[in-house]
Amino acid sequence: MEERRSKGTWQETLHRHPIVQGAMNALPIAIGYVPIAIAYGLLAKSAGLTLFITVFMSMAVYAGASQFLGVSLIGAQAGAASIIALTFFLNLRLLLMSTALSARLREPRALLRAIVAFGVTDESFSVASFRPGPLETSYLLTLEFVAYASWVAGSALGYLTGEWLPSSLQAGMGIALYAMFIGLLVPNARTSRTGLIVAVLAMLLNSGFAPLLGPGMGIVITAIIVSLAAALLDREERAEEAVQDGAATHER
Amino acid sequence: MSEAFWIVLGMAAVTYLPRMLPFFWRPAAYSPFVRRFLKYLPFAILGALIFPGVLTSTGSPASSVAGAAVAVLFAWWRWHLILVVLGAVLAATLVGAIGG
Repeated sequence: MEERRSKGTWQETLHRHPIVQGAMNALPIAIGYVPIAIAYGLLAKSAGLTLFITVFMSMAVYAGASQFLGVSLIGAQAGAASIIALTFFLNLRLLLMSTALSARLREPRALLRAIVAFGVTDESFSVASFRPGPLETSYLLTLEFVAYASWVAGSALGYLTGEWLPSSLQAGMGIALYAMFIGLLVPNARTSRTGLIVAVLAMLLNSGFAPLLGPGMGIVITAIIVSLAAALLDREERAEEAVQDGAATHER
Repeated sequence: MSEAFWIVLGMAAVTYLPRMLPFFWRPAAYSPFVRRFLKYLPFAILGALIFPGVLTSTGSPASSVAGAAVAVLFAWWRWHLILVVLGAVLAATLVGAIGG
């Protein structure tokens, strides 16, 4: 009895370790990344890029949508300035995500903050956002590294072997990232009424903005407007905060 | 080095900049208003990332909707994220193969 309990505790301790949790939380990201990275590698090859440029872009840029854009524009001989400017606007939303993550990260070492920053993606941000409690550097670094490795490896794999996959599977894999976004959003929206309303409003607003502003800026403007409105109007959350603040003052 | 190499370097720089800046320029504390803003940001960003992009994700509206519907259902049941992703890919692939 005593032995069983101590064994359980040992496993629980391991299970709760930030590095173990980071690796486990990264698995669904990796499973979503690999098919998308294969599609990217395949596109880069058909656009006439070398294997080196294809993998180098995954390692240095590490941002899905802009890489798809980049390889097709490089293949179409578009100007460097326009490709880089498009990439910038497409990835401006990372500014919002890094702001939210940086507010929860207590890491004094500049080098580690710089490395954590490099691994911020739609997916690592979403997973880390819904992690309860403090954000440990070791958790984030593990989460980001596993995701990054799967993206880089998948890109090379797609370039080298992607054309052998059946075309219906190649097309079906396009849903993987969206399924991950849905899998992150739905369970959390079930427990937060305001969160659900915010997400639905963002979908509607982005449907109007995306065709006008392009997918990158559409997401940025939508996210700012809807989150501002929620922060202004959410009375429940304010009442909750007041109670928590009161309790915190009491404890002190 | 080829021109593509320099384009990739430029893309890398303008992508890293917005990732990195907030980790170095941040206030000591955020106001309750900003904290509420940051709390709802993931919901807003995920909503905007999903829709309307999901509709064109597989090249055919029918297979996209099938994959998304399976994802919503599995996620509603709180199945593991891996199953949500695999189920959606499978559904989208099957509907696409049938000719949807």
